[in-house]
Amino acid sequence: MSLNKQMTTTDVVAQLQDGMTIGVGGWGPRRKPMALIREILRSDLKDLTIVGYGGMDMGMLCAAGKVKKLIYGFVSLDFIPLEPFFRKAREAGSIEALELDEGMLHWGLRAAGYRLPFLPMRAGLGTAFMHNNPEIKTVNSPYDDGETLLAMPAIKLDAALLQVHKADQLGNVRVYSPDPFFDEWFARAADKTYVLAEDVCERLDSDEADAKANLFERSLVSGVVEQRGGAHPTSHVPGYGWDAAHIKRYCQAAAEDGGWQAYVDEFLGATEADYQNAVGGLDAITSLPRQVL
Amino acid sequence: MSDFTLSELLICACADVWKDDGEVLATGIGIIPRIAQGLAKLTHSPALMITDGEAYLTETPVEIGAKSHEGRSYGGYMPYSRVFDALWHGRRHALVGPVQVDRWGQANISCIGDFDKPKRQMLGLRGFPGNSINHANSMFVPNHSTRVFVEGEVDVVCSVGYKDDNWQPGVRRDFASVERIVTNLCVMDFGGPNHALRVISLHPGVSFDEVQDNTSFPLILADDCTETAHPSADQLAIIRKLDPRDVRARQIKDNPPGIRA
Repeated sequence: MSLNKQMTTTDVVAQLQDGMTIGVGGWGPRRKPMALIREILRSDLKDLTIVGYGGMDMGMLCAAGKVKKLIYGFVSLDFIPLEPFFRKAREAGSIEALELDEGMLHWGLRAAGYRLPFLPMRAGLGTAFMHNNPEIKTVNSPYDDGETLLAMPAIKLDAALLQVHKADQLGNVRVYSPDPFFDEWFARAADKTYVLAEDVCERLDSDEADAKANLFERSLVSGVVEQRGGAHPTSHVPGYGWDAAHIKRYCQAAAEDGGWQAYVDEFLGATEADYQNAVGGLDAITSLPRQVL
Repeated sequence: MSDFTLSELLICACADVWKDDGEVLATGIGIIPRIAQGLAKLTHSPALMITDGEAYLTETPVEIGAKSHEGRSYGGYMPYSRVFDALWHGRRHALVGPVQVDRWGQANISCIGDFDKPKRQMLGLRGFPGNSINHANSMFVPNHSTRVFVEGEVDVVCSVGYKDDNWQPGVRRDFASVERIVTNLCVMDFGGPNHALRVISLHPGVSFDEVQDNTSFPLILADDCTETAHPSADQLAIIRKLDPRDVRARQIKDNPPGIRA
């Protein structure tokens, strides 16, 4: 087969456009495709709508002024509950926010993945969500029960950015993390999905057990990028844990005048290699111990 | 047994929220609720399902603050997608930590102030809307105060409660129930007239007046209100095993004794 979807982080970002709706996989400080986020930070992209179970991916993009709107169930770093740059952006009123129940976000992505206009659910009914988002409607069951349900609209993504352990040039992936989160549904909801892998090979040919780690089929994947350590400072278990010291340093930046620019100057660099050098090198990243929760 | 801390008393009171629940997923958010879910499972509620704090179900509650995964064993798998499946199915009882609670049992963890430009942005809705409309929920409040128990409605209603105006006609309310609220002063439930919040036990040395003074709306004192049960020697032994590094001592300011001096 002559399919070869391998590309670089800059190739991926070149395919993104101002104003796009971009979903980011992972969960809080876990398994975020950060090398792709950093490439967006280095780009001129703007007015983005970012969708996800947010962590510093959302915080950094807010800090850099890339965000028009966030669609999220939460934005948190887990061991540091409140994401400081997200807070700043929200408290300044500088971004639009569609704050969802975690299950609503899942359901909206699923609806998009199934090419449905909405999926019915109960979450959100009876809460402030209904007041804050009058554009979200209810629907009545057409059957005898007649129950009133929330009609969760499809959350269609222009692109999804996901972090995986392995990929091949055809777009097959392997995710070995304890929890795959909702990455599959980001891939299905998106016109184009780009995966950031620790390793990319020409072709994955593995046994049945390993093939079960294929989280979604390759037809959903438009691009694969090899970048070892690319999830840093988020965790990529079983490979490496999150970098608590670096995340604390990042959070401190939010409390300082010009803190974000200082963080960018100190760490971001012109390439991922620059970034990795600034944070102590690839070996230091890949030997970060897994957190015990 | 009189030698115990307030944290240990609260762990025991929190564990009791799952009594008689049977085979449900118990989810305690925070250190005291997590120790409590383990205590419940190892004492009165062995059928409870609990996770390792990540993605697996275990019959042996994990140690708080463990330094490695060594020795852990798992009976099942419970990634977030399955947590959502299980909670929509209803077989779950969560013990959560709200920032604000109102007289209708509605809780807020989203933000303080106006949603469009909050005074203080917090976590977001997380799972509160879906949890609260699908299964039993209890709350743990380590700082019982008028700031938490607000006078009117919470700033952002994240979880549903007993305020009729917020329920559209035709919405199913029967899956929702706010069970208990365990605070550093007392244990409460919504067993008063019309689901009014009432005090069902007072911690040693705490008066109803003190609880009322720290609550912005009127409370009811249950007729059969008791003193909150003291931890037994067996319970304390299990708590020490679940939390050998005494992380619980850092959960309440100054780690006060369970019986006030």
